[in-house]
Amino acid sequence: MDKMPKWADVVLIPVISILLAALISALVILAIGENPVEALNLMVNGALGSTYGWGYTLYYATNFMFTGLAVAVAAHAGLFNIGGEGQAMLGGLGVALFCLYLPLPHWTIALVVAAVGAGLFGAAWAAIPAYLQAKRGSHIVITTIMFNFIAFSVLNYMLVEVLKPQGAMDPASAKFPAATHLPSLHDILAPIGIEFSKSAPANVTLFVALAACVFVWALIWRTPLGYEIRALGKSEPATRYAGISSVRIIMITMLISGALCGLMAINNVMGEAERLVLNATEGAGFIGIAVALMGRNHPVGVFLAAILFGFLYQGGAELALWSSIPTELIVVIQALVILFTGALDNMVRMPIEKLFLAFRKEKA
Amino acid sequence: MDFLTLVQVLDSTVRLATPLLLACLAGLFSERAGIFDIGLEGKMLMAAFFSAAVAAITGNVWFGLLAGIGSSLALSGLHGAASITFRGNQLISGVAINFLASGLTVLIAQSWFQQGGRTPSLLSGGRFEPIELPFAIGPTEAAETGRRLSDLLSEANVLQQVYSELISGHSIIVYLAGLCVFLTWWVLFRTRFGLRLRAVGENPAAVDTAGISVIRLRFAAIAICGVLCGIAGAYLATGLQAGFVKEMTSGRGYIALAALIFAKWRPVAALWACLLFGLLQAIALRFQNIDLGGFVVPVQFMEALPYILTVVILAGFVGKAIPPKAGGQPYVKER
Repeated sequence: MDKMPKWADVVLIPVISILLAALISALVILAIGENPVEALNLMVNGALGSTYGWGYTLYYATNFMFTGLAVAVAAHAGLFNIGGEGQAMLGGLGVALFCLYLPLPHWTIALVVAAVGAGLFGAAWAAIPAYLQAKRGSHIVITTIMFNFIAFSVLNYMLVEVLKPQGAMDPASAKFPAATHLPSLHDILAPIGIEFSKSAPANVTLFVALAACVFVWALIWRTPLGYEIRALGKSEPATRYAGISSVRIIMITMLISGALCGLMAINNVMGEAERLVLNATEGAGFIGIAVALMGRNHPVGVFLAAILFGFLYQGGAELALWSSIPTELIVVIQALVILFTGALDNMVRMPIEKLFLAFRKEKA
Repeated sequence: MDFLTLVQVLDSTVRLATPLLLACLAGLFSERAGIFDIGLEGKMLMAAFFSAAVAAITGNVWFGLLAGIGSSLALSGLHGAASITFRGNQLISGVAINFLASGLTVLIAQSWFQQGGRTPSLLSGGRFEPIELPFAIGPTEAAETGRRLSDLLSEANVLQQVYSELISGHSIIVYLAGLCVFLTWWVLFRTRFGLRLRAVGENPAAVDTAGISVIRLRFAAIAICGVLCGIAGAYLATGLQAGFVKEMTSGRGYIALAALIFAKWRPVAALWACLLFGLLQAIALRFQNIDLGGFVVPVQFMEALPYILTVVILAGFVGKAIPPKAGGQPYVKER
C-alpha cells in the first residue's frame, strides 16, 4: 500500500516545497532591508502586467521548457544531465553555422534547418559523455560538467577566431540573413486581432517547445523505447535480464536529451538575438535542473515550472530595474527551489507521509 | 624565454595552485567518506565573500579568515543535512549550494557595500602579506638599495632567483596548503580516524557493524571539507586578490574536482595534479596564444585543457580512476 495518495505526491509536496522556498526568499529580501510584498508586486506587474511582460516571460519559459525536458528525459533513465548549458551553447553554434552559411529563402525552411542544426550539435555534445558513461563507466555528472567548460572554450574560440566579422570588436557572429527572421508572437497574433507587444522576444519557437512537451510525453509513456528508458532508470540489472542493452538506451536517451537542449538555441539565438553571442545561454541549461525537479520529470510539470521560472526571470529583471534588489535574487530563489524540491525532498516528504498514515489509522 | 621568466611562471603556478589544492583536499576528505561534493565552488565563493567582507570591516585578515571558514562550514552543514540526515541526492544538493552562494554573495555584497556586488579593496592589514624568507631578495632589499626589485633579481644568480622568486615571497596560506598535503596523507593513512573515514566511503555497513557511527564520521569529513574550502576561498579574496568580486572563483571548484579525479583521490598525487592545472592557468595568463613553430595553440585550448585531461582520465584510457565505492549513496541502516 502507498503511504499517501498520488495527488499528495504530485501536487502537495511540490507546492509545499515552493512555498518553503518562497518563504525563505522573503526572509532574504527582509534581511537585505527591502519589502517582500512590494518586491512581489513589482515582479507580478513587470512579468504579467502587460503583453510586453508576458512576451518576455514566455520567451524565457520557452528556453526553460527545452532544458527542463532535456533533464527530465535523462532523469527517467537514471542519468543526471548537468551539461545542458554546454549542449545549448553548441546548439547555438549549430544554428549560427546553418543560418549563416546555408541559403535559406523563407523562415519556415530556416526554422526546420536551424532546428536540425541545433539538435544535431546539441546531441553531438551529449554523445561523448554518454558514450563514456555507457562503455567506460565514467560518471556522467562529472563528464557533462567538464563538457560545459570545454563548450565555453570551443564557443569562445569559434566566435573570436572564426565567426567574428572583420573589424568587429565584441566576440559575436555576424547578423543572420533577414530571411531567417522568425515571426514573433506579435506577428502571429496580429492577423487574428489580438494586440501583442511588438518588442517582446517571444516567438514561434514557443509552439516548437509545446510540441516538444507532447513529444516527450508520448516518447516516455507511449512507446516501447520510453518503457525501456524508464526500466533502465528503475533498475539496471532488471533491464539487462530483460535483454535490453543499457549501452543503447543510455546513448539514445542522452542524444535526445542533448538535442532538446540544443533546440533551445532556435529560441534564444535565432528568435531573439539573431546572431550568436558568447553568453547566449544565460544559465538556462542549469535552470533546466530546477524546472525538471519541480515538474517531477513530467512534461506537464515541466511546462508549468518553466512558466514559473519565466515569470521569475522577467520579474527579477524588472525588480532590478525599479528597486535596489539585484537580479541575483533570482539565482537565490532558483537555488532554494532546487534545494527543497531536490535535495531536501525527504525533509518535506517524511512529516507529510506520517500525517497521512496517522489519518488513515484513525479512519480504520 | 630566459630562466627568470620560467621561474616567474612557476612562481605564479604556486600561487594559482594553492586555492585549487586546498579545495581539492577538501573534496578528498568528503569523497573518501562517501559524500560527493560538487559544491566546492559554492563554498569557496561564500568564504571568499565573507572573508573579504569581514576583513574590510574589521581591517584584520585573521577575522576575515575565521568568517570565511564559518560561512563555508555553514554550507557544509546544509550539504550534510540534505545528503546525510535526509538522505537526499548529494549531486543535486551540491548544485543548489553553488547557486545559493553565487546569488547570496552578490545580494549581501550589494546590501552591505553598495559597490555593485563587490567588497571594497582591502588595505594592507586586511590581506595576507607575502612572507620574505631570510636571505631572499624582496621588496625590503629593493627599498634599502633604492633600485627596482626586477633589476636586483635579474642580476642575482640562478639559485638566488629560484629561492627568492619561487620559494620565498608567498603568503602564509601557500605554505599552509603545502603542509596540508602531508597532514591529509598522515590523517587518512596513519590514524584510526583516517582508516574509519576511508572505510565509511567504501563499505559503510561494515563500519556500522563495528559499532562506529557512520553519520558522525561523515559529518566530521564534511566539516573538514568545509574548513579547507573556507581557507581556499579566503586565500582567493585576501591573498591572491585584494577583495571580493562577483563570481571570483570562476570555476576553480570544478577544476579542483577535476584535479581530485586526476589524482585518483590520493593526497600527494593531488598536489601534483593541482600544480599541473595551476601551471596551465599560469601559462594561459602570461602567454595567451602560444606559437609552436607555425602552429598556434589558442588560449582557449589552454583554458579547456584541465577539463579535457580529466575526461581522458575518467574515460580510463590513461590509467583508470576508480572512485570510493559507496560514494553518492546515502547510508540506510536497515532495508
